[in-house]
Amino acid sequence: MGVEGIGASVVRKEDKRFITGKGRYVDDVKLVGMTHAHFVRSPHAHAKVKSIDTSAAAKMPGVLAVLNGKQLVDDKVGNLICGWAITSKDGSPMKMGAWPAMAPETVRFVGQAVAVVIAETKGQARDAAEAVVVNYEELPAVPDIRAAIKPGAAQLHPEAPGNIVYDWTLGDEAAVTSAFAKAASVVSLDITNNRLIPNAMEPRAALADYDTAEDHYTLYTTSQNPHVARLVLSAFYNIAPEHKLRVIAPDVGGGFGSKIYIYPEEMVALWASKKVGRPVKWTGDRSESFLTDAHGRDHVTKAEMAFDKDHKILALRVKTHANFGAYMSLFSSAVPTYLYATLLSGQYVIPAIHAEVIGVYTNTAPVDAYRGAGRPEASYVLERLMETAARQLKVDPAELRSRNFIRQFPYQTPVIMAYDTGDFVASLEAAKKSIDYAGFAARKAKAKSEGKLRGIGVSCYIEACGIAPSKAVGSLGAGVGLWESAEVRVNPVGTIEVLTGSHSHGQGHETTFAQLIADRLGISIDQVQIVHGDTDKVQFGMGTYGSRSAAVGLTAILKAMEKVEAKAKKIAAHALEASEGDIVIENGEFKVAGTDKKIAFPMVALGAYTAHNLPDGMEPGLKESAFYDPTNFTFPAGAYICEVEVDQNTGKTSFVNFVAADDFGRMINPMIVEGQVHGGLAQGIGQALLEGAVYDGNGQLVTASYMDYTMPRADDLPSFKLSHTVTLCPGNPLGIKGCGEAGAIGASAAVINAITDAIGHNKLEMPATPDRVWHAIHAA
Amino acid sequence: MSTVKLTVNGKAVSVDVEDRTLLVHVLRDQLDLTGTHVGCDTSQCGACVVHIDGRAVKSCTVLAGQASGSSVTTIEGIAKGDELHPMQAAFRDNHGLQCGFCTPGMIMTSIDMVHRHGGKLDEATVRHELEGNICRCTGYHNIVKSVLDAASRMKVAQAAE
Repeated sequence: MGVEGIGASVVRKEDKRFITGKGRYVDDVKLVGMTHAHFVRSPHAHAKVKSIDTSAAAKMPGVLAVLNGKQLVDDKVGNLICGWAITSKDGSPMKMGAWPAMAPETVRFVGQAVAVVIAETKGQARDAAEAVVVNYEELPAVPDIRAAIKPGAAQLHPEAPGNIVYDWTLGDEAAVTSAFAKAASVVSLDITNNRLIPNAMEPRAALADYDTAEDHYTLYTTSQNPHVARLVLSAFYNIAPEHKLRVIAPDVGGGFGSKIYIYPEEMVALWASKKVGRPVKWTGDRSESFLTDAHGRDHVTKAEMAFDKDHKILALRVKTHANFGAYMSLFSSAVPTYLYATLLSGQYVIPAIHAEVIGVYTNTAPVDAYRGAGRPEASYVLERLMETAARQLKVDPAELRSRNFIRQFPYQTPVIMAYDTGDFVASLEAAKKSIDYAGFAARKAKAKSEGKLRGIGVSCYIEACGIAPSKAVGSLGAGVGLWESAEVRVNPVGTIEVLTGSHSHGQGHETTFAQLIADRLGISIDQVQIVHGDTDKVQFGMGTYGSRSAAVGLTAILKAMEKVEAKAKKIAAHALEASEGDIVIENGEFKVAGTDKKIAFPMVALGAYTAHNLPDGMEPGLKESAFYDPTNFTFPAGAYICEVEVDQNTGKTSFVNFVAADDFGRMINPMIVEGQVHGGLAQGIGQALLEGAVYDGNGQLVTASYMDYTMPRADDLPSFKLSHTVTLCPGNPLGIKGCGEAGAIGASAAVINAITDAIGHNKLEMPATPDRVWHAIHAA
Repeated sequence: MSTVKLTVNGKAVSVDVEDRTLLVHVLRDQLDLTGTHVGCDTSQCGACVVHIDGRAVKSCTVLAGQASGSSVTTIEGIAKGDELHPMQAAFRDNHGLQCGFCTPGMIMTSIDMVHRHGGKLDEATVRHELEGNICRCTGYHNIVKSVLDAASRMKVAQAAE
């Protein structure tokens, strides 16, 4: 392994700038002549824009321009797009309503932009925005799924009758119907997956700089995928041709999916920068973040599971309504379909599955991928059903799961996914041991004798990540490929730059990617610089989301390294007058195996660039690139078990213990992997206990600040006990599955299963606030 | 508009500001000390924490004028040249940060926490004391480890003096 190689918990290289306050986030960047933008936003959830009077605002101090949606149309700026085409069960395409960056005629969610003020200072822009007079004609708002699908409901988009985006199905309905008819037991559950707001700690921001002399744009953006931003801004929004647009995603303060999309604000900042001939910076307030960042989850599901007399699952039937919000966001269509229904087999052998997903427009913020993106929703359905089944069938919940585990791999599920490898028994056993599952009954009885309610909850999750094989997703409607790119540049003195299409906004790539190089060449990670986040430096990349950076991004680097090493070995062999096949790389040196003839790597590099002694016909230089397209998704899986104590008088839940046993395949840096799990668990627990976006009957977001939306804080969470089992992923050379989303996928069900066990009452919605738990306890 | 005079990281500064200007914006926009961050608009997230006259304060909730005559220390001012403050080193060594955005505020709050508790802290107290600092990345597990580690390093350093 080496002290800095694969598997080493190396302290992070990038930390120095963050702990000394020298991080460079978008709002930190200052350009000469910079102006500031402040958006005028709709206070109504659904309204016609009758007129916009900017005359007073335009005269205020420091104001350069007041711009609106009609001007965007006049300048032929494109509408926002959705990049994944989903077809309804009747063969018709999804019903996409137009989403302009600033609404010229109709606003469809509170916070949607209708105008923007560009001024010398933030304060002046904000003051002038308040002087813009917008005349709205209010329309009836449909604030949630139920209201949206009611006959006679107000229609958001002419393209979508009944506010239906699509009605999509997957699986074998006939087989499911027949299995239910033969079932010994049927378990059914109504499940709401509560709407969440991602809330990365850095609000979104954009700094756009149009160079009038070069007719060239530079955009600093809080993006998880700067190249995708450049592609979308040029090819679809018509802001600038790709070769005249540089996109830089510098340090970004968290994303969790919310910073994948290319939002109205960066489009408008770029367009406005050309109009005023100066750089334009927009930095969101936290309230703008709440109102306009893509929200997550928001499913309403009816699920049923059929069992035979031996408690083996015969079939699963799921019907889900998914809230899209007012417009289809970039990735939104895929989240409740190909990232959700395809995981409905879970860790279990389920002979027949059928899922129907109905996408619905509502007058709320657009909904898209948020950490887990579809897989938390699937896992929650399955794990709540299994727990409910265990109680109904009077079987131990862990035992019921184990009886139904898939034990033979590879395993083809009835819902497209083919699991390559895994050992679900090992994770469950590890988790049970870690929490002393066997001793729980005694702990519960002791607590009861002291007047306390104790519960234990299991959650066995599997997910599909390492997104994704391009041909496969293309055949399912994706507009892009999901490969990754890498370029390894060896400098003449032997230091190395690795240019990656992945982007790090907390994941530690500057360290973990360097560890691969250190491992292969036996050099220090200090000799390796990871470059990411700038479209001028890095050839095209697809970015970071879907737990793909190690499985896909790092594999691309490995492929490029193989090419570098092959060429370097040729150079070394020629210099040492040996055969290429006899060259081995050890501790930073290229050696002739079995001899003491060697040449240090920096000398090999120098040889490549001086080109005095290269093999005939070899090009000088030592730089190789690779584009890696995965052949399958990867399938991290594991078992989480949670033990809680519920106070009957207050309904408050306290954690006694929370254990996680995950299988991520190969882990490059276990310390960083565990950090990812901690963060994911916090978000899954947050969903279960604390968080929930609430719109009132008029479509007003009631939870629009940290006063009302409960973010998990340090004293809401326990310390976690993590362990790992390993089945190496056969899909990539390093055996990596990925780990970024697992915690957010599996944790919620463990918490709700534990609380419902404690209170002896199965019906409980997320978030399980003290108020809800108290009422559940005291319900008749 | 007013002229505000204060000391920042040991240096005397004088700035002309609109009366409504917050201390955090003076630091970020006029003094180019961008290590102090703005993460919310309701004074809850803690990304803006600095020390004013030796105590942790949320700089988003202080008008520049209110800080007149005081001594402000930001994240940029706690290392001694190349030598990191034990709290900074502890965050790095214990992987107490991921995206880094909440980190300056976490470090400034935690230094004050250790001082107020005389270096005697346990997990429950640390978690309670971090109520005014929100992190979305780490789940707090390693932040708690970092603070407890720093507390013992700072105790050792104090004893050695």
